[in-house]
Amino acid sequence: MDVKPDIQNNPFPGEVHPSPTGGVLVTAIDDVINWARSNSLWQLVFGTSCCAIEMMSTASAKYDWSRFGFEVARATPRQADVIIIAGTIVNKMAPVLKRLYDQMADPKYVIAMGACATSGGPFFYNTYSVVKGADHVIPVDVYIAGCPPRPEALLHSLICLQKKIRAGLTREQIRMEKPEQSF
Amino acid sequence: MTNEDLKIKLSELLPAVTFEEGGQWLNVNIESTDWLPFAKQLRNSPALNFDYLFCLTCVDWKTHLTMVYHLESTTYRHTIVVKSKLDRNKPEIETVSLIWRTADFHEREVYELFGVKFLNHPDLRLLILPDGWEGKNPLRKDFEDPVNMIKL
Repeated sequence: MDVKPDIQNNPFPGEVHPSPTGGVLVTAIDDVINWARSNSLWQLVFGTSCCAIEMMSTASAKYDWSRFGFEVARATPRQADVIIIAGTIVNKMAPVLKRLYDQMADPKYVIAMGACATSGGPFFYNTYSVVKGADHVIPVDVYIAGCPPRPEALLHSLICLQKKIRAGLTREQIRMEKPEQSF
Repeated sequence: MTNEDLKIKLSELLPAVTFEEGGQWLNVNIESTDWLPFAKQLRNSPALNFDYLFCLTCVDWKTHLTMVYHLESTTYRHTIVVKSKLDRNKPEIETVSLIWRTADFHEREVYELFGVKFLNHPDLRLLILPDGWEGKNPLRKDFEDPVNMIKL
């Protein structure tokens, strides 16, 4: 996978003016913070069905999402930045998901992976137990199509999330900018 | 034991059984009232020794329910499928959780999803469904849930 265009599109957000004794950096602190945050996203270990298998595959050596800054998966919400909803959310799981999301420290981001997390997918009709989309429970930043999505699709969504964070357009960032507009 | 030998042996144990072949395994149809003594013989007969119940489930055929038990012998490696029709309005069958311990949870699952009452079960209550689902059986074909279900 060729990652160079992405790096070229996203240089350090600021201007460096070299001088004989060192240099001057001109930037906006928000941009630097977003840039830093986007390049260190730790995800929560959270998989509820087959999408989790693809997620594990994306984490392992062949696809290796650590290359893009998704360094480690954390088994506790206290240390996680992003929650990838990898699988079906049933009515019994929904309060658990909400609690995990609430326990995560700000800023936090959400990716809905696959058809089930997006809309209920194959369980949309004629089922008594499935939540029809995880966004009924928590706000979602990036949706991925697929059942399950391939690892490339998950990597693409993670890179999309990075772009969204750099632009300051995730749900969390919008909410912090304008607290009066709840999501 | 081959399927032919199994048929002879099972007919000796219970003359009323009927057989179906054509699938992967030999199907054995029995009356639900014969099930408990028949199951004990399947488990304890030295020649059969069905010591492994690897699947216990139920099917809703709209006209009736069918209990399905998959049995295997870990010593002889032969497998049978025992099926028994139940009355849809009053589904009752004897528990086999005292013969095969694994049936305990499987029967609880069938109890909550299909409403089959397992007689003499030691702990017949909901397994996975949340409290308040007693009497509602989501895997019945005529199950309706206007709150959670979107009908196609």
